[in-house]
Amino acid sequence: MTRMGASMLRAALSALVLLWAGAALAQGPVAPAAPASAAAAVDPELEARVLKISAGLRCLVCQNQTIADSNADLAVDLRNQVREMLERGDTPQQINDYMTARYGDFVLYKPPVKSSTALLWYGPAALLVLAVLVLVWIIRRRTKLPADRFEPDPDGN
Amino acid sequence: MKSLRFLIPIALFGVLVWFLFRGLSLNPREVPSPLIGKPAPAFTLPRLDDPQKTMQREDFAGKPWVMNVWASWCAPCREEHPLVIDLARRVKVPVVGLNYKDRPGDARNWLERLGNPYAATLIDFDGKVGIDFGVYGVPETFVIDAQGVVRYKHVGPLTPQVLREKIEPLLKQLGALG
Repeated sequence: MTRMGASMLRAALSALVLLWAGAALAQGPVAPAAPASAAAAVDPELEARVLKISAGLRCLVCQNQTIADSNADLAVDLRNQVREMLERGDTPQQINDYMTARYGDFVLYKPPVKSSTALLWYGPAALLVLAVLVLVWIIRRRTKLPADRFEPDPDGN
Repeated sequence: MKSLRFLIPIALFGVLVWFLFRGLSLNPREVPSPLIGKPAPAFTLPRLDDPQKTMQREDFAGKPWVMNVWASWCAPCREEHPLVIDLARRVKVPVVGLNYKDRPGDARNWLERLGNPYAATLIDFDGKVGIDFGVYGVPETFVIDAQGVVRYKHVGPLTPQVLREKIEPLLKQLGALG
């Protein structure tokens, strides 16, 4: 095993770990439910909350868009529904429950963690762990091989 | 043992192909309704033939009924309409129309021209009841049993196949079809 190969592998491994940590951080904490304001229709703060919630809801007519992005009739109606519910003082959780009661989990862009979605949530991490284990196994096996099993490095080391 | 190692990538490839193939045969448009097996949502809506009168969920309790969501602006509704007429003629229970986000005048003209199979048509002008029923594309058809529980939902225009394989057997089971 050459020194160069080993250090490259080490670099690749640490890059993977960094990527993973970054993805975990990007999730961030969930914002707490702010108290609802009973303001008039054009209230920038309310609109921002409407947008924030509808950005997590799938438009069922144009399935790759959120309700916030879409101008389909149903998306407009559902945005209005979100606004009405916020004005009434409902929490984002209540709004999500309202939507899933009618359209199922499919309406949520962030699916809930349960047994039927476990593979979706933990599958990638499990695959990554498996891949790292295989990588470590291969490296350890190769370090034990005698030098004559490898081609000599071009610079003669 | 060592000689069989080449089978591992082939097996992994096989699993991948299976997943991809399954993905091809799934229809993302068919969103499973969480409403199946649950009581139909409550509503109070004006009738198309006489908007002064309203009807509500309880008016249909006691026997099964079929609810067909339609609108005059919806082309596939026109396409399925002969099948709705035919179904309404054969079943012993009411087929109710839910006129979804439509102009009542347009809706009345539409029924006059194409035939009116509905025991009653209800006006869902702002689509709120549609949202309660989880409607996301007209036409949709619901089968509701005598206890008021939603038993089946079909999204998109009815086809002879859907009627034959899904809706008619269910209606027969509910005693709504001779």
